[in-house]
Amino acid sequence: MSKVIVYPPTSMILSDLVERMGHKALVVPERVRELVTANDVQSPPLNVTPEEPKKGLRYAAVDVPSGVRGRMALIGPLIEEAEAAIIVEDPGWLTGCAGCSRTNELVRLLIRTKGIPVLDLSYPTDDAQAKLFVHKIKAFLGGLK
Amino acid sequence: MIRIAQLSCGSEYSGIQKEIERAAETVGAKIVYPEVSLEDILDVEKKFGVKVSSGDLNLAMARAVRIVENPDLADAVIVMTCFRCAEAAIIRSEIRKFIHGHSRIPVLSYSFTERTTAETLLTRMEALVTTVKYRGLLARERQKGLTAGIDSGSTTTKSVIMKDNEVIGTGWVPTTEVLKSAEDAFEAAVKMAGIQKEEIQAVGVTGYGRFLVGKHINARLIQEEITVNSKGAVFLSDAQRGPATVIDIGGMDNKAISVQDGIPGGFTMGGICAGASGRFLELTARRLGVDITQLGKLALKGDFRNVAMNSYCIVFGTQSLVNSLSMGCKPEDVAMAACHSVAEQVYEQQLQEVEVKEPVIMVGGTSLIEGLPRAMEELLHVKVLVPKNAQYIGAVGAALLVSGLLEG
Repeated sequence: MSKVIVYPPTSMILSDLVERMGHKALVVPERVRELVTANDVQSPPLNVTPEEPKKGLRYAAVDVPSGVRGRMALIGPLIEEAEAAIIVEDPGWLTGCAGCSRTNELVRLLIRTKGIPVLDLSYPTDDAQAKLFVHKIKAFLGGLK
Repeated sequence: MIRIAQLSCGSEYSGIQKEIERAAETVGAKIVYPEVSLEDILDVEKKFGVKVSSGDLNLAMARAVRIVENPDLADAVIVMTCFRCAEAAIIRSEIRKFIHGHSRIPVLSYSFTERTTAETLLTRMEALVTTVKYRGLLARERQKGLTAGIDSGSTTTKSVIMKDNEVIGTGWVPTTEVLKSAEDAFEAAVKMAGIQKEEIQAVGVTGYGRFLVGKHINARLIQEEITVNSKGAVFLSDAQRGPATVIDIGGMDNKAISVQDGIPGGFTMGGICAGASGRFLELTARRLGVDITQLGKLALKGDFRNVAMNSYCIVFGTQSLVNSLSMGCKPEDVAMAACHSVAEQVYEQQLQEVEVKEPVIMVGGTSLIEGLPRAMEELLHVKVLVPKNAQYIGAVGAALLVSGLLEG
């Protein structure tokens, strides 16, 4: 079983595909669930506190907007943990979205420069492409330990 | 309960959402989030004119469209995005213009960091709520009876006594101990007016120390400076009807307010660096060895182009100041360069965020430093008005507004 990060990092469709193939999907909703169900609720709705943008300094400098660093505090540790990645280009918001374009750019960069196996895919626009999309993901995941 | 619609990107991930809601609660308002459908977001370009790559900014624009189409959804709007995000800065400004252009809902825009607290937002929220809540009071154009105003500012404390629409007494002292300074300024104004304190029918208080001073003297009105400065500025400039722009460069922060019929519409309140405030001019005067009251006259004789100065940061500004003097620059050129630099910061950082409409009125103690309004005129290419008693603007606004409560 490998730990696989997906992009967009909020995609439940990609997460489901990874889990079905017996791997561990690294996705943001799990991290958010940890925060919102924590006993110590300090800052509803997400329970992200000003500490998160400071933790995000590990991934981006202080002159990067606080919203990017706050998001990176959630996504960055997932990238560090990842052993493989699936990146879907131009996915559309229905697939998942971090809400911030700068964060998306940084996430893709950090995944690509980590040196792990990466499957790059285009977002499918018809049934035939969708089948090929799933087939490629299955083949990629099947090749992981 | 006043409903403030929040249109934002990044506030929850910056960890400041709780602070925004706390500030709203403190001023008797609640934050609401207009609901939109996915189609509204996907179609945002058709109605708004632009679509960007960040999903949350498109969501904010879709919410702006929804508010404009359903103005009953909110009483006021706050547009907030991350400080230093270029994409967000463009959209923040466009949302403000869109709502201004299509509705009469007051809008406040603000760029935040993770260090933004409820206290930082309080004055802005208070002004936004006042604009909605006290429209009738803000429409007041004449002062009636015998009232006083106290402006407990960060650098100076000012007080005025007004009687039947005239300023009859003024007092101005440096702020040291907040309560003592307020008492001293008040005493001076009472003495000049030649009245007894007991005759005063009501007192209005504004400025940083307003809560402390207001409670101490049992003030009838305790009001933030955005509202009172707007009223004071248009009253003293005889510009109560129609549009106006009020610029107040203070000792600790700056305000740029877009006013319509004496009521603030949009405003910004800056203060990220002291280099763009009255403090830098005080420092310049000290370094040049002239009294602050003489700095403006000296500046009028100089040319800012002869000195390289940028006071974006007060430390860099001071370095420029020292360097220019050591290179033999003339004091009058340095004085004008300092004025130009402060005006330029306000122009670049704040006047881009409000609709600049004539008359442009400069108020506050710094407006009396003649080089500063001159520099602003050169930057804006419009005539800048500095009304009589411009340094007492907050106190005048407070005295004027509190007289409206006498009839209630």
